[in-house]
Order: sequence, then C-alpha cells, then structure tokens
Amino acid sequence: MSNKDAYWNKTKNHMIVTLVLWAFFSLVIFMFGSELNTMSFLGYPLAYYMTAQGSLLAFVIILFWTANKQEKIDEEHGFSEREDD
Amino acid sequence: MFKGDFIQNLPKIYGTYTGGFLVFIILMALAEQAGVSAKNIGVMFVAFTVLIYALIGYLSRTIQVDAYYVAGRQVPTVFNGMATAADWMSGASFVALAGGVYYGGYTYMAFLVGWTGGYVLVATLMAPYLRKFGCYTVPDFIGTRYGGNAVRAASVFVLFIASFTYVTAQINATGTIASRALGIPFEAGVWVGLISILICSMLGGMRAVTWTQVAQYIVLIIAYLLPVFWISNKVGGGVFPHLMLGDEVARLGELEQQFGLVKNSAADMKAAGVPGGLKYISGSHSGVPEGGMAVWKYLSLAICMMVGTASLPHILMRYFTTPTVRAARKSVAWSLFFIFLLYSSAPMLATLSKLALMDPNLPTGIIGKSISEVQSIEWVQRWSEVKQVFIADFNGDGILQLNEWFMRGDVVVLATPEVAGLPFVISGLVFAGGMAAAMSTADGLVLAISNALSHDIYYKIINPKAETSKRLLVARVLLVIIGAAGAYIASFRLTSILGSVAWAFDFAMSGLFFPLVLGVWWKRATREGAIAGIIAGIVSGTVYLTWVFPKFSVPIWGGVNTPFLGIDHLRFGLIGAPICLVVMVVVSLMTKEPSPATQKLVDDTRIPTGKAILGKQH
Repeated sequence: MSNKDAYWNKTKNHMIVTLVLWAFFSLVIFMFGSELNTMSFLGYPLAYYMTAQGSLLAFVIILFWTANKQEKIDEEHGFSEREDD
Repeated sequence: MFKGDFIQNLPKIYGTYTGGFLVFIILMALAEQAGVSAKNIGVMFVAFTVLIYALIGYLSRTIQVDAYYVAGRQVPTVFNGMATAADWMSGASFVALAGGVYYGGYTYMAFLVGWTGGYVLVATLMAPYLRKFGCYTVPDFIGTRYGGNAVRAASVFVLFIASFTYVTAQINATGTIASRALGIPFEAGVWVGLISILICSMLGGMRAVTWTQVAQYIVLIIAYLLPVFWISNKVGGGVFPHLMLGDEVARLGELEQQFGLVKNSAADMKAAGVPGGLKYISGSHSGVPEGGMAVWKYLSLAICMMVGTASLPHILMRYFTTPTVRAARKSVAWSLFFIFLLYSSAPMLATLSKLALMDPNLPTGIIGKSISEVQSIEWVQRWSEVKQVFIADFNGDGILQLNEWFMRGDVVVLATPEVAGLPFVISGLVFAGGMAAAMSTADGLVLAISNALSHDIYYKIINPKAETSKRLLVARVLLVIIGAAGAYIASFRLTSILGSVAWAFDFAMSGLFFPLVLGVWWKRATREGAIAGIIAGIVSGTVYLTWVFPKFSVPIWGGVNTPFLGIDHLRFGLIGAPICLVVMVVVSLMTKEPSPATQKLVDDTRIPTGKAILGKQH
C-alpha cells in the first residue's frame, strides 16, 4: 500500500470516529431526552442542559481535538504543510 | 497598507479597535447621564459603528482577483473564525434566537444544536479539501471536479436559490433595526441598510468583507454578552449565568405550576384583538415533550440544520481564505468557539428575561399583578405603542395571568435590558449589535451570490477571455444588482411569503450537500451523476415544499396537505437530500467512471501538501 493510500485510510477512519462522536452528541442523546431530563447537571435538568449548552460545548471540543489529531496524521505521513499559519 | 505588516499587526489593530469601542460605550453612558435623549444615543451607536465598517471597507479596496475573491488567502486562523462567526450569526440569530427559546423551550433548541453541530460536518467532510482545491467559489469546485458547464450552472442555480432566500430576510432585518434606531420609516431603513452593506463589500470584495466582519463580530458579541452578564448579576442570577442558572430554571418550573400553562383559543385571541406575531407562554421552559413523534421532530430539525450548515456556500467560502489546509481546519474550530459564545448565552437570556417578568418576588415581575398597575409601567407603555406587547384580560379579573400577556419574540433581546432597569446606553449597544449581525450576514450572502455569477457564469462560461479589470467590474455591478433586488423585495415586506430562513438550509442541503461530499469522498462520482443528483434534489425538495406549505399548496395543489412523516416546510431538505443521494449514486454507477485525470485530481485534493488544483490566478 502506498503512503498516500495509508494516509487516506487513516484520514477516513479518523473521519468516521469524529462523526460517531458528533452523532452521539447531536442525535443519540436527544433520542432519550425525557429520560435524561430526570437527571441533573449543575442544577439544570440534563437534557435541557445538553441542548442549551452541553452539546454545543462538546462540538467545540471535538473540533479542536479532531484538527490536532489530523495534523498528527499529516505529520506521520509527511504531508504536513511547512509554512506557518 | 493591507500587506504583510497589516497581517502581523492584526491583534494590535483589533485590540485598539475593541478598546476604542469600549471607550465609546463609556462616552455614551456619560452622555446619557448628561441628559442626551435615548433616541440620539441609539442614532449615535448605529451611525458610529456603520461609519467604522465603511472606513474598513474603503481601506480594503483592491484591484486583484485573488484579493477580491478569497482575500488573498492570508486570513489568520482566529480572525477567520471571528469573521465566519459574524458571517454566520444573522440579524435573526441576534434578535430572535433568545425569543425563540423563550417561547419554544426544549423543542426550539434543536436549532441551537443544528446550527452548531453542522460545523463538525464542515470540518471533517468539506473545508480542508475545498481549501486544498484552491477554488474561488463553491460552484467552482463542483464545476472543476465534475467538469463541464452544465454541472457548474446547476450548482450556481442552487446557490442562488438558497442564498437569495436568506439575503432578503437579512436586508429586512437591517431595515428594521435601522428604522428603529434612526427613527426613519422601514422602507427608508431598508435602503440605508443596503447602502451600508454595499460600502463594506463593493470596493474590496472578500478582503473588505473579511475585515469588516471581524469588526462586526467584536461589536455584536460585546452587545450580546454585556447585557446578559449585567442582568444576571442584577436579578441575582449569579456572576456567571451559564453555570449558575440551575436554580432559576427550577424556579421557572415552579412558577409555571403556580400560574398554570393555559392555551388560549384562536377565537378568544381574535376577539381580544391580539396583534399578529405576538405570542404568549404556553409551553414548559425546560421540560421535554413526551412521545416518539416529539423526538423525531427534534431530531429531524437538527439534522436539516446541520446538513444545511455544511452546504451553505457563504459559510464554506470563508474557509477558502486561510493560508493553509491546516489553518482551514483549525479555523472551523475557532468559528464554532466564537459562535458558541453567543448561542450558549441565548437560553440564559431567555431564562433571565422570563424570570424577570414572571417572578412576583422580583420588582420587575408583572404576572399576577393588577393590569392597571402593569399598564402604567413605562417600558410596557412604550412597547405597547408600537404593538410589540399586548394585554388581554380574558377572564376579566383585572389581574394579569400568564396567558394574558402577549409579546413579540424579538422583545426578549431588545427590551430585557430596559425591563431589568439597565441604563439606555445598553439598549443603544444592542441596536448596534443587531445591525452588525444583520449587515455581516447580508454582506457574506450578497458576495457569495455575485461571486458565483461573475466567476462561474460570466468568466467561466460566457467570456473566458475577459481581463481582470472587466471581471472585477462585472463582479461589482452584479453585487449592486443582487443587493438592490434583495432590498427591493424586502421593502415590500414580501419576506412573509418567502418564508423562513430555515428554507435556505433545506434548499442548500437538497442540491449541494451530496455533490460536495461525494466529490471528495467518492472517486466514482461522475459528471452525469452530479447533474442528475443536483436537479433531482432541488426539484423534489421544492415540489415537496409547495405541497406541504399551506400558502403554496392551496393555489397549486388545491388544498392543505398533512406532512409526510412529520416532515413539514422547515424540514423539506429531508426529502430533497436523500433523493439527490440516490439519484447521484445510481446515475454515477450507470455511467462511465471518471477519467484518470479526474481521479488524480481527487487524489491530490485529499492530500494537504502540494500545489492547489486551481492556480493562483484562474
């Protein structure tokens, strides 16, 4: 397998992991909204908290994590851009 | 002026700008103390900020194609994040979001999840690859990847429908805010708004829009967060409302029990003469509605908004402006961070606003008080005059019940500072913030449309030999025409016919999502597949919209139809996008696989290093 193919496989797997996390915070937890709302977090009902703030924050964290991870994959395979942003 | 040095000095320049704006707020506060009228403070806030944007727009003027279309691809990560956040958060987000949460509760907040979660799709599936491609516009990618004028024109068509639906609503919002802040008629406000928008974008294209959007983000975020924190501290909500309003949310639950959530009949409301667009609280603040259909309603709305976000050209094109592919990825993360600051505050503002009105223990509470007493409150009188709030004593007991208090959603943002007793300078600041939000989004949209028409239709299809000066002239003329057309429609208040901004997301996802994603992720996708997919998606989505939306279905289909599987007019992308996907895959598999050259092009797109597919000047 060429370096490019190996790189693309890793990138694809990383994309799938990111989208699984995304689906968990955007869809899966809200399938159980009324059950979650009986629990509480910071004094808020949990489902209310997640839709008002929690999932939003999770997306921000996922995006920084996924960008850093992808940069590591770039480096491993020598596809890292040299110029600095 | 805007070369090398400028980029390195950005933090200093915008730091000074932010400091200057804070000083301006303090000056206005002093002016208020000195007896300057509330109206004049509002005028000064809007006039001062708009002049600054115009100055930035003028200083960023350019005669280079690369600067005009993609800001010279030198916008640093964090600044592009701010610009995207301003591009994204519209006048509607700014003034209506908190009101939506106030009335819609949990169900409405599917919008919050949708409008943020979509960025995960942007970052993983689209932005870095489109940046590597080196295109100027979204149709530029589709046209080059699949090859040919037909597919390019089809994607321009979808872009036009989606963005134009959105832009009239934005110009409408600019007009509303300009008219209220400057005390001029709405029709005049629309044209004032349009001129402000054009000054920011016409001379410098993407470069000018980028730097004004950063300035607009700073104004809008200060204007949103300052009142939220101030009100929270004033009504005892805690120093940091986002983490500390648990008790207040619980208290609202108690108050809902105490006052009772009553539904008014349409006949009662009509008899009482409740003005159109005003609402009352009839749903729970934090409760989750029971049942499978309620869950599906939530999820389906979130899906449409997320997929739509990842297909909106005016957002995707912001990531063409970063220096590298890596910067494009990070920039998406920063964008969402800056958006999160406002979106996570909207529910807090809604909670504080509701509590201020409902809690009888607070001096601001009005529910449960006598109606004559409430009617003598100054802010109630002021907002009643302009038909933004209304009282109807249904049971005739002279006491204001929860279901007897009517208010327009926008009032939550525009009047809560006043209700909580904050000085008027804060209301002036909120006007400036709303104006910044509406202008920045309108700028991005008008530019997305006119760039696609000038680059993809004029230069790529009609006149490929056009010189740079002619291309930029055409781009600017189109910008003025598109803006004027949007303002013309907005000035007739036809936006109620054009419907919700949610439609823009549904149109975009119906016609653009899968052609963009498969263009990168599936080498086997062919030109014929893309053309068939785009057309099938946008046509089926639009036909379904006319079928399900009563205002269209009565004249066209001769009656009102029940939405299929709960897919109503806000969610019609759920019809268009899957049809687009199926048609695109089937037709692609039936046609000959793309040439080795095209496959190589896709391979190159997937790797961050190496030359861009499209050169610097194309």
